[in-house]
Amino acid sequence: MKITTARRISQVFFFALFIWLCAVTTVGEKFWQLRGWPVNFFLNLDPLNVIATILSTHKLYAPLLWSLITIILTILFGRFFCGLVCPFGALHQLVSHLAHGKNNSGLIALHKYSKAQSIKYYILFVILIMAVLGRYSSLQSGLLDPIPLFTRTINLLILPIIGDSAKILTSGRFYQISLLTLSVFLIFVLLNFYKPRFFCIFICPLGALFGIINRFSILRINRNLSTCTDCKLCNSHCQGSCEPAETLKLSECVLCFNCLDDCKFDAIDYNTADSQTSQVAPDLSRRGILAAAFTGLLALPAFRLSGISTRDNNLVRPPGAIPEKEFIKRCLKCGQCMKLCPTNVIQPAGLESGLENLWTPVMNNRVGTSGCQLDCVACGYICPTSAIKPLTLAEKLGKGDFSGNGPVKIGTAYVDRSKCLTWAFGTPCLVCQENCPVSPKAIFAKPALVLAKQDSQPQIDTELLQPYVDAKLCIGCGICQHECPVGSKGAIIVTPDGQSRENRLYL
Amino acid sequence: MTNDKISRRDFFIRCTKAGLSTAAAAVLAGILYESDPAKISPQSSNIVEAMNFSVLPVAGKAISIVTGSNRQSTVTKAVELLGGMQRFIKPGDNVLLKPNVGFSLPPRVCATSHPELIEQITKLCYQAGAKKVYITDNPINDPKSCFELTQIASAAKKCGAEIILPRQDHFKQVTLKGAELIKNWPILYEPLKNVNKVIGIAGVKDHRRSIASMLMKNWYGLLGGNRSIFHQDIDKIIVELAMLIKPTLVILDATQVMVSNGPTGGSESDLKQTDTMIASCDQVAADSFGATLLGLKSNDLPYLVKAEKLGLGTTDYQSLKPLRAEVKA
Repeated sequence: MKITTARRISQVFFFALFIWLCAVTTVGEKFWQLRGWPVNFFLNLDPLNVIATILSTHKLYAPLLWSLITIILTILFGRFFCGLVCPFGALHQLVSHLAHGKNNSGLIALHKYSKAQSIKYYILFVILIMAVLGRYSSLQSGLLDPIPLFTRTINLLILPIIGDSAKILTSGRFYQISLLTLSVFLIFVLLNFYKPRFFCIFICPLGALFGIINRFSILRINRNLSTCTDCKLCNSHCQGSCEPAETLKLSECVLCFNCLDDCKFDAIDYNTADSQTSQVAPDLSRRGILAAAFTGLLALPAFRLSGISTRDNNLVRPPGAIPEKEFIKRCLKCGQCMKLCPTNVIQPAGLESGLENLWTPVMNNRVGTSGCQLDCVACGYICPTSAIKPLTLAEKLGKGDFSGNGPVKIGTAYVDRSKCLTWAFGTPCLVCQENCPVSPKAIFAKPALVLAKQDSQPQIDTELLQPYVDAKLCIGCGICQHECPVGSKGAIIVTPDGQSRENRLYL
Repeated sequence: MTNDKISRRDFFIRCTKAGLSTAAAAVLAGILYESDPAKISPQSSNIVEAMNFSVLPVAGKAISIVTGSNRQSTVTKAVELLGGMQRFIKPGDNVLLKPNVGFSLPPRVCATSHPELIEQITKLCYQAGAKKVYITDNPINDPKSCFELTQIASAAKKCGAEIILPRQDHFKQVTLKGAELIKNWPILYEPLKNVNKVIGIAGVKDHRRSIASMLMKNWYGLLGGNRSIFHQDIDKIIVELAMLIKPTLVILDATQVMVSNGPTGGSESDLKQTDTMIASCDQVAADSFGATLLGLKSNDLPYLVKAEKLGLGTTDYQSLKPLRAEVKA
């Protein structure tokens, strides 16, 4: 079997596995549902996740230890992850192949090395600088790291489209900012028409990380100068644009093995030979690194400026989310919680809360089938970095050992009296009170005081009951907001006020 | 001949093609032209009359009240007193059970129909020769979670009933003849279409807006869309739902009634043990009796009074001479 065939089999396998693991991320016990599937497998293998979270939180999350395997294998064998495993890379390779064909005369020129390929290293530095800034730090690797990026694209965009068209689901899944998710995905996919594996070559911070740690690799692609006829055919399908026919840039080599296949004279081999024709380190300049460091220092406040109010917590996060400052150091923006949530209430945050919070989980009670369900703790158990802490039911509901803490409070609901049917129009309703799931109910009703006519004494209208919220009992589940018959955001609105995770006085 | 002139032949060909394209465009425009301007509000469509699943009445066998704490034995006895399930279900019938699966809460808090009860009723249907028993509801919380957490899904699996999770394409825009509220409104129609018997199953629950939620209120689960708007006139919608659907049989489970924090409850302290099971062909009568368990009279519930006026049943359940029995556990 040709080595490229083996590589293709590996790529197809991991691509299929990746899609399958995304697809089964749904609550249930059937074989095509969550059960024991290792749905965070790829996220755990991704060493950028582990390095960035260590820098931002100074802690190591046990499941992310899996990425040690990736790191060690990369040190020994080079960027095997890019060439053999990465599902996003496989997609780019396929699209590039479809876009440019196999026997195009311009292929050698198309796969020429460009100095601009160093950009991805600078992107990586910017991301790591943002993660390292102590108490101001923020984990932004997920914006461009291919594994979280592709995970959320499949979770929040591709699978919902397929599921909805095939009517597999009882009710369609909806995710806000899908246009943004789509745009980012589509732009990277279409850029393969400009240059094969554009994303991998110019953007990918994970690839850049591998490009740095593969410098001591034992096995490398080598060109035997004595048998080489300088035909340059080995450049024609090089997926990393690392130019094996010239001075091979080891840091760019994604181990696609196309050059081995293309060489008619067996001059190229993957072995331990002395790499006299290779350049080991990436093309980085001191100026460039300094520029990246400054960019990182400036980018963080810039990310934050647009959503400055969110540092004071205007986002309603899923139950079990840790305090905001810690949360933003951990959240990978992978969208796993949003995919798993049985009611679809967890949604990706849009740009309104700043680039820093883009694609992080927020609750939108007006989307999905029913606010946050009382007896559900699914989201905390899937979060790969415990940005949402896994809660037991007893802890969420404040029962048993946790009865002293009270239930976990996501936020507090407010009745908007200018819109509530009972207050604004004097028509009876009380849907919110009916659906409040806590016992005793956090929404209670009192008879309305009305003025029969001007200048008269207010009178009690026992027929008209108006809702009130008991802020102490309300857990912010948002079921009331979901059921409220009033359009748009509803007349009862959950705010993050009083949320357990900040543990401070709000009202 | 110079290059900048076309031949006469080419000129004619071009003219013909141009002429034909022009004509085709004009003809198409003529066909598609709509002389009637579009109406802003659509006409009422799919006007339906009541969906009648009831069976012939038998004198003296309209309602039975059985006391006892075991739901499976009390419901069996209650149906038996009315003449047994074979009176209602004929061999080959397709049966739809409409329990209350509204909330994703466990059975112990009694906010939803009890799985053991569903299982027993399904068994009775199959024993009477039913071809297939279906279960459906359009819950308030996430549908799939509701069926799972109430354990109705696992009960159905055990006894061979099929659960129909409501999907968008199960709903049909319906206008009920003579109704003011059910007008061009999505109704969970698909599951009703393929059955010839419907059994309503509900509990007795405190409900601030409608005062008590029992069998009649339970048909709310057939409504789709933003049905919360009907709470503004909840008595009318309950009555209109009773006009829309005439069930074969109704089972009111008052083994434990929810006396506070209804209809969600959430705690066992919201429940009161009343150990009663009611089977009836008249849901107004059954609800009127159920109200007494909450300390209410039928006059306290406006929808019962309205329903009686429209001839949908009687609030004077005593006049039906309820058949009574007690089942020791």
